[in-house]
Amino acid sequence: MNGAHDLGGMMGFGPVVAEENEPRFHEEWERRAFAITLAMGATGEWSLDESRRKRESLPPRQYLNLSYFEIWLAALEQILADHGLVQPDEIEAGRSLHESRPVKRVLKGEDVAAALKRGGPVNREPEAPAKFAAGDRVTAINMNPTGHTRIPRYVRGRPGTIEAVQGCHVFPDSNAAGQGEAPKWLYSVAFKGTDIWGADSDPSLTIRADLWEPYLEPR
Amino acid sequence: MSHSYDHAIGHNHETSELTDTELRVRALESILVEKGYVDPAALDELIETYETRVGPRNGAHVVAKAWSDEDFANWLFEDATAAISSLGYIGRQGEHMVALRNTPEKHNIVVCTLCSCYPWTVLGLPPVWYKSAPYRSKAVRDPRGVLHDFGVELPEETEICVWDSTAEVRYLVIPRRPEGTDGWSEEDLARLITRDSMIGTGLALSPGELQEVAE
Repeated sequence: MNGAHDLGGMMGFGPVVAEENEPRFHEEWERRAFAITLAMGATGEWSLDESRRKRESLPPRQYLNLSYFEIWLAALEQILADHGLVQPDEIEAGRSLHESRPVKRVLKGEDVAAALKRGGPVNREPEAPAKFAAGDRVTAINMNPTGHTRIPRYVRGRPGTIEAVQGCHVFPDSNAAGQGEAPKWLYSVAFKGTDIWGADSDPSLTIRADLWEPYLEPR
Repeated sequence: MSHSYDHAIGHNHETSELTDTELRVRALESILVEKGYVDPAALDELIETYETRVGPRNGAHVVAKAWSDEDFANWLFEDATAAISSLGYIGRQGEHMVALRNTPEKHNIVVCTLCSCYPWTVLGLPPVWYKSAPYRSKAVRDPRGVLHDFGVELPEETEICVWDSTAEVRYLVIPRRPEGTDGWSEEDLARLITRDSMIGTGLALSPGELQEVAE
């Protein structure tokens, strides 16, 4: 969807300000929000793609006003309600009010290291050969889906060149909607700054984006 | 709430809002535990891992080894996931790695315009600025402006290549090895390698700069 998360090329946010000796977390609640988000992700009740979809579905006014972990928290609350795991009245009350159904898995303390080490690889066996090869000229399709997608607005409709074939990966547009992993070939696509931003672009700028096959057409 | 959040998104949080957030997180955590969805020991372990065990020192080890060992460097640019795994850095948010070589002709910068994708296994959790609207909006359009914000200026003719992490591939920039470091051990080289130099918003420290940092 064309949400506030799709920030590439926007102006007016001011300079990038780095904090000296920044701590990993600024507040205790950020530690807890981070940990409960990862632990609930490990239940297998939803995918990372669904989490991203929920975060970017926040109304733009809200998204841009929340800090990073506040966005995580707002999305987690909604996703828990969507999946019938925790209702808003329970969060207001600060305790469980409704009978709970069991989750698929519970991540135990002693299993954390192994689970993190395993991670969540998204490469899958391809069902068809890759349509493009390095060096092929392509155009990023102009598309504006209302669901989750990982094609940034700034590349849509722009000409590019396949730089590398990255493998066959889970397709987020499908997976986020709960419609299965539907693996598709993933490519690193090179764009010229001038093709994206026009004549005023820094001529020395090139951009790479990782784009799935359904986002691309030959040119 | 940190100063940098406020700065990054241009507004001020009221203290009462913060308290509300803290209360909500506390409520949610206790409900999740009460319902048996999360193990409190797992929460502690997750925090401990990312607060104290995983960070840019991992990435600095990878880069220092690439600078010192040509076979390892070749492997790294051929199959970064395998080469980095061989040093024990493996797993979540580092499942599919690609290493990017900075040269005098080409400078690589990594961003995630859509969220905050970042190579956790080698750099740990991202800093606030990496996740902020100013960086995510500006890096793909005006990377030299971003470099300027970090105090870095590069020659006009250097290609600036910005990698937008739109999928699950995670990128590690291999900065240029500073001059005057011939014969240095991997351990000493690693001290020159900053987090920002592995994102591409900085350069590796020179021996002189390292001296200044130490003082």
